[in-house]
Amino acid sequence: MNEFSLIEFIQLVIFFGLLIGLTPVLGNYMSKVFAGNKHFMLPVLGWLEKYTYKLVRINPTEETNWKTYTINLLLFHSAGFTFIFLIQLFQAYLPLNPANLSDVSWHSAFNISVSFITNTNWQDYAGETTLSYLVQMIGLTVQNFVSAATGIAVLMALIRGIFRKTTDRVGNFWIDLTRTTLYVLLPLSILFSIVLVGQGVVQNFKPYEAVQTLQGTQQVIPMGPAASQIAIKQLGTNGGGFFNSNSSHPFENPTPFSNFLEMLAILLIPASLTFTYGKMVGSVRQGWTIFATMLFFLVAGLSISIYAEYSANPIFGHLPLMEGKETRFGITNSVLWSTFTTAASNGSVNAMHDSLSPVTGMIAMINIMLGEVIFGGVGAGLYGMFIFIILTVFIAGLMVGRTPEYLGKKVEAFEVQMAIIAVLAPAFVILIFSAWAAVGNNGLSGINNAGPHGLSEILYAFSSAAGNNGSAFAGLNVNTVFYNITLGIGMLIGRFGVIIPVLAIAGRMAEKKIIPPSSGTFRTDNLLFIGLLIAVILIIGGLTFFPALSLGPVTEHLLLRIGITF
Amino acid sequence: MKSFIISIKIFLFFTVLTGIIYPFLITGFAQLFYTRKANGSLINIDNKTIGSENIGQQFDTNIYFMSRPSATAYNPLPSGGSNYGLTNAKLKNLVYKRKKQLVIFNKLDSLTDIPSEMLFASASGLDPHISPKAAYLQVERIVQARNFNNDQKLKLEQLIKNQTEAPQFFCLGEERVNVLLLNLEIDKIK
Repeated sequence: MNEFSLIEFIQLVIFFGLLIGLTPVLGNYMSKVFAGNKHFMLPVLGWLEKYTYKLVRINPTEETNWKTYTINLLLFHSAGFTFIFLIQLFQAYLPLNPANLSDVSWHSAFNISVSFITNTNWQDYAGETTLSYLVQMIGLTVQNFVSAATGIAVLMALIRGIFRKTTDRVGNFWIDLTRTTLYVLLPLSILFSIVLVGQGVVQNFKPYEAVQTLQGTQQVIPMGPAASQIAIKQLGTNGGGFFNSNSSHPFENPTPFSNFLEMLAILLIPASLTFTYGKMVGSVRQGWTIFATMLFFLVAGLSISIYAEYSANPIFGHLPLMEGKETRFGITNSVLWSTFTTAASNGSVNAMHDSLSPVTGMIAMINIMLGEVIFGGVGAGLYGMFIFIILTVFIAGLMVGRTPEYLGKKVEAFEVQMAIIAVLAPAFVILIFSAWAAVGNNGLSGINNAGPHGLSEILYAFSSAAGNNGSAFAGLNVNTVFYNITLGIGMLIGRFGVIIPVLAIAGRMAEKKIIPPSSGTFRTDNLLFIGLLIAVILIIGGLTFFPALSLGPVTEHLLLRIGITF
Repeated sequence: MKSFIISIKIFLFFTVLTGIIYPFLITGFAQLFYTRKANGSLINIDNKTIGSENIGQQFDTNIYFMSRPSATAYNPLPSGGSNYGLTNAKLKNLVYKRKKQLVIFNKLDSLTDIPSEMLFASASGLDPHISPKAAYLQVERIVQARNFNNDQKLKLEQLIKNQTEAPQFFCLGEERVNVLLLNLEIDKIK
């Protein structure tokens, strides 16, 4: 536990080996699912897909333009929001509430509803003392599935916009939603939740168990249908824990093996989608180029975090920093998780990020601030990365004086304008809302740690909301009207402020002709492009957030180096 | 209007599928094949439930191995950590206070290297484990408190060895001992 060991390095190699190995397998399968081709799940679940369309009366051959696609998406989320909001307000009157939990306050219910429809799964509440089994199941678990499916649906519309020409059709939202849920999320979740139960994750509808401990004190042990929710929370980059302490809770993540699988599940679908993307736009190499760019950021962040977390400091000397970490995971597995969960917009935690060393905490924040494009949320990470690709080809085009193009499509003013909106929307939330919270008593009263770490808590909260991540420096008390509302609005802007521009780009690109590549075409699948893309992401992220970071984690790190406490 | 009706219908369809059928399916399977684990790996002694092997308990008497510090005092409602940052003076004071108490309580040399999980609170507040090293440090104190003879002391040390879980599949996680399971076994030493 005192240092990064060879065994832990072997674990890392196995992990990345599996991730890289599974990417083409699952990626290829998903490309078949979304192209509507034959795949091995069709004989198993094909009837259910057909039945769904019949029941809901969807014409499976009908496609829509991007505006209808967007409206359908928003209508669907409004229905979801209304439903979860209401069942929370009347929780006490509904069944499956063995702990007799009372109704949720309106502002908390608003925050939770927004949080789960936007795939953020930010938690201003403690699951075991706030929400009944019913709300967790028919409210939250459902959104875990469909908010993830929405992210992938948007990506599919975008991919069609890229490879189609001279059409205004980008797909059918209902069909993309249905296929993702039925063929990708549901089978994987069933498989995964069964393995988790085998490791000791609870799955029952029993009342909480009151016990007298060995030493003779009272302990009430919470229960519930946890495994089914945890499986999809990891796979769908959701991250909302069944219990308050999320995947550090021994019922949610009991063994190192469950931990390994839950970490793999965080990255599995976002990584595989890069292959799906490459396959569907007609260049597998393009997919791997994006994968490599993402992997670069992931490994860089991970290396810095591991180094920082194992470094000695004047306050605690060479004591391994075990505050907010679990014995079975130790330091390495806690840092792996903190890096993966923030890179991939998952937001579940197996250690308390508030107690990470300042640099490790900052890397987590940077992962989110860069736009959640380091694998990112399912679908969301890749369409976020696409925004940066647009900016990169635009900048490269400016440098050589040619009209920029990407995969045969001209990139024009409209696309660049939309890309800028998608980059600025989350940045606006992070900087402006954090500043607002940092100057008023409404915001400052929630702080748990004095000094620069307090600012980090606020900055992390709004980054997490805007990036739809959901992890937190959880010492910040956010269950107040001020934070519930501002963070809720932040999540909405961070989600739909990106989705709508992306769909607009998809619609516009579908209308364009495809220009055959010539000798003057700027290649987007080689090392030079990877380098440029990395630079653009770093420059935009760096310039936007460096001042704020320097007041929070950077200052804290420097003070820690000379042993100052607050 | 047509889209509006579809959106409600398809939402209700997925609510039934992923919110009711799916969790019930998994519960059915879990209850059938992993009954004990799905119900919280509870430990029953003489028909009384005394806890779960996955949920840590508070131990502060001198006849048992101590658990880690917990921000919730091992109350699972709700679980959680301290969320103290490293530059928080409260954390620094707590760590030095805990170190002093451990040294006195276990009658250790003040220069003893105390495993850090015994000085820092866990993430969940319910961490069921400590490192084997943290267990060995407490042996002498338990032996004295229970008036164990040399033979019993050897048994106690053997117990820690037997209960130590190596990293899973050789390379996952850390070496650890489950405090509750360990303490249950001490009571059996005759």
